[in-house]
Amino acid sequence: MCAICGCGDGSHSHDLGDHSHALDVVHIPGWSQERTIRIERAILEKNDALAQTNRSRLRAADVFALNFVSSPGSGKTSLLVRTITDVIARRPIAVIEGDQQTSLDADRIRAAGAPAVQLNTGKGCHLDAHMVAHSLDELSLIPGSLLFIENVGNLVCPAAFDLGEAHKVVVLSVTEGEDKPLKYPNMFAAADLMLLNKIDLLPHVEFDMQACVAAARRVNPAIAILPVSARSGEGLGAFYHWIEQASRNQQIRGNGSSSSSSRMRSPPKEVSRMT
Amino acid sequence: MHEMSLLESIIETIEDEHRKQPFGRVRMIRLTLGALATAEPDSLRFCFAIIAGGSVAEGARLEIDTVRGAGWCGDCRASVALIERYGPCPVCGGARLDMTAGDELQLTEIEVE
Repeated sequence: MCAICGCGDGSHSHDLGDHSHALDVVHIPGWSQERTIRIERAILEKNDALAQTNRSRLRAADVFALNFVSSPGSGKTSLLVRTITDVIARRPIAVIEGDQQTSLDADRIRAAGAPAVQLNTGKGCHLDAHMVAHSLDELSLIPGSLLFIENVGNLVCPAAFDLGEAHKVVVLSVTEGEDKPLKYPNMFAAADLMLLNKIDLLPHVEFDMQACVAAARRVNPAIAILPVSARSGEGLGAFYHWIEQASRNQQIRGNGSSSSSSRMRSPPKEVSRMT
Repeated sequence: MHEMSLLESIIETIEDEHRKQPFGRVRMIRLTLGALATAEPDSLRFCFAIIAGGSVAEGARLEIDTVRGAGWCGDCRASVALIERYGPCPVCGGARLDMTAGDELQLTEIEVE
């Protein structure tokens, strides 16, 4: 507070002042309207609250949701198309597709036989819980079904936004660098499963699988890691098994308040096949 | 550039506050930001005027208090300074490290008229 005039702005000077008391005829000492309001709230609080609502809604509907994150071009859509083709006869699957623009991915998903909602983020670089809440309104949430949310291809921002999923699944392809978990640690720390995709290309690329596993475990010692190829189908059986086990865990847990950040990691943890 | 979304969320929170207890202009917005948090102070400053424009916070000053990264090392039995997340203890190289500060992303206070 200013000791001379009693207003809340202590930064002004009465010699060189921001305001002049000669002209400030209605200024009454101690009567300033300036005040500080303490807020002390997490900036992401709104998103987190909406995500928790989505999570409760999905659990109540017995829908198991996975949030797929990766850099662009890791093969997320191909992986989902293949998974839908292999699994949909046993279990209903719906997909929320996030892209900056176009409905190309949703078209591919629908062609594979699953209902899909395309979310275009425009200038946005990630999906948020609010967008997902609206997409849930558009989908019929079938009990026992799977919901795949394909996030915008970006290893940075989607790490910070909880959507209400049961788990984040990070997809890393062997055509990328094995040190990516160290370069983008937030994403690999936020994920419960890492799928190492495109392993059919291993003979043609220089990719050190052991180094990649070590890098991922350094940022997230409990992360499950499964090498797969969406193209050849290799390793996908283990991925489907992981989904079954993790979704059973959600059913057992019921509609509790735990979130992906609570680090529930009972699905298989080990790399089943090291090349 | 998720700093834009963070700023939108900050402005929404301030507008909620404005509905609860009406005030005039917002003079200053203070954020507490961990040095290892998922937001860049420079990006926040860069986008701020654009996002605040037309809202109750238009023309406000953005103050960012930075909190240094720190962690508790289970092997050193001591608090250590951190300059990266998820790495080993910078003192002993051990992995038994829990981050204790540097992850903050908070709207702390606003100064209003």
